[in-house]
Amino acid sequence: MKKQSTLLIGVGNPYRQDDAAGIAVVRRLRQRPPKQVDCMECPGDLTTLIETWRDYELVILVDAMRSGRSAGEVVRIDASRQPLPTDMRFFSLHAIGLNETLALARALSRLPPKLVIYGIEGKHFGEGEGLSPEVAKAVEDVVRYILQELKGSDA
Amino acid sequence: MRGKNIKVDYLARVEGEGSLVVKFRGGQLREVQFQIFEPPRFFEAFLRGRSYREAPDITARICGICPVAYQMSAAHAMEDAFGVKVEGPLRDLRRLLYCGEWIESHVLHIALLHAPDFLGYQDALQMAREHPDLVQTALQLKKVGNDLVALLGGREIHPINVKVGGFYRVPRRRDLNEVEEQLKWAREAAVQLVKWTASLPIPLFERDYEFVALRHPAEYPFNEGRLVSNKGLDIAVDEFEAHIVEEHVPYSNALHARIAKRGAYVVGPLARFNLNFDRLSPLAQEVAKEVGVVPPCRNPFQSIVVRAIETLYACDEALRLIAQYTPPDQPAVEVHPCAATGHGCTEAPRGILYHRYRVDEYGIILDARIVPPTAQNQKSIEGDLWELVQANADLPQEELQWRCEQAIRNYDPCISCATHFLRLQVERE
Repeated sequence: MKKQSTLLIGVGNPYRQDDAAGIAVVRRLRQRPPKQVDCMECPGDLTTLIETWRDYELVILVDAMRSGRSAGEVVRIDASRQPLPTDMRFFSLHAIGLNETLALARALSRLPPKLVIYGIEGKHFGEGEGLSPEVAKAVEDVVRYILQELKGSDA
Repeated sequence: MRGKNIKVDYLARVEGEGSLVVKFRGGQLREVQFQIFEPPRFFEAFLRGRSYREAPDITARICGICPVAYQMSAAHAMEDAFGVKVEGPLRDLRRLLYCGEWIESHVLHIALLHAPDFLGYQDALQMAREHPDLVQTALQLKKVGNDLVALLGGREIHPINVKVGGFYRVPRRRDLNEVEEQLKWAREAAVQLVKWTASLPIPLFERDYEFVALRHPAEYPFNEGRLVSNKGLDIAVDEFEAHIVEEHVPYSNALHARIAKRGAYVVGPLARFNLNFDRLSPLAQEVAKEVGVVPPCRNPFQSIVVRAIETLYACDEALRLIAQYTPPDQPAVEVHPCAATGHGCTEAPRGILYHRYRVDEYGIILDARIVPPTAQNQKSIEGDLWELVQANADLPQEELQWRCEQAIRNYDPCISCATHFLRLQVERE
């Protein structure tokens, strides 16, 4: 299957409330995927991303953060140009989370040419489904930002 | 520095939450505890009242690294209860799925979790800066395992395509073409990985273990066989509970297992390798001999090499299974529930995983028992630590602690899996 030039990745555990924010964004965009965009959900093992994003020009990754910001706050960062700020911690139940995976990719010179990360500050990460209202709203915002961003990159 | 206590509150590079306590008194080693404080998970309790059909998917949730093992042991146990036999291409597909899990789990542990110990790096990140090619190759190799699990299981983590009796959907022959090409590359990469692990500085350490693994008449074990050991154990899977005793220790949320009237035993790659070397593929045997790792291998620090040999075997076996694959007529055999008890035991990457279920005539689970590999290895982990600390008590504190953590990681402990129902004990005087 011919790969598209852009990969959209939603990271998170759909059964850990706000941790599903990234997954929710991908599921929304998947309903009407923009041209030349592949979508994927990554519910756990992030180390595979370094292989997965090989050959993509642009990778947009969305994940829930637990960084002390207020719930629903969105941070966008171009991770191909700079390491993540130290206060931008992503929630992970596993030893190798997003921060570690990005550091590993950087050490291996395997970051995509352009990697944009949207972090959505979550509130509740306990067991269960459903997003907090603030986070649900942030999901809609991020969907809009990404569509705008992709339109811009076409031009 | 002799006789200083060691306390590691949170062990890094293991799956789950555990800690280590080593206590000296008057210069004498008094206590070694490998503590598991991950909260209890109650899986056995909430399986009660659920349908037999749900057991593979519910238990798969116990672990994100070895969900296939849980699905396999659950499916086999239910099939045992209902007198169902899964054979031919369906059985081959199960082995193929297991190959994928072994590849991803073993390579993760070898390259990202364990190897840094041998080379003196704090973590995989530090190692990646100085060995980028190795880490890169490992990630690619691991991905082949993930892809195989995603292809047969429906997705990489917590696959959803396994059912009692077989699968929900089976692949067409051409669906396997792409992964077959990847596996050819992976097999070569695995040969190099074996050689690389064998070149690591491996501490000299040996103990006289009782190794326990499945043994099958013709195959290196994944799904079936008798439970055997190098000290005379030779039992059918349904005799497990007559020979293995589990007990609660106060400092651990995981039950400790031992062989009745004998004691600690070891499950996992080293046990399989020592008991089934003759069942490895010719290529895997040849490479093992070339690097000089052959049974009896009693040095747990060599488990990193054995894991690489098993990774090579899994690639080789997957290619063999794909080459002979013709899709079955039906994705699963029919299952008719009846009131019965069923037992299943399969080889998870970390060792034997035992399931037992009692179900009623409608296939509703009345009770369940799950014995995961890490619980079975706890006693041996502590035994290793005890000897290591005694033999190396003169080492500087930091070095000794490092060696202890490395020794725990020899077992690739999956603490999340091991954590069991906590029996509440109230003592009143």
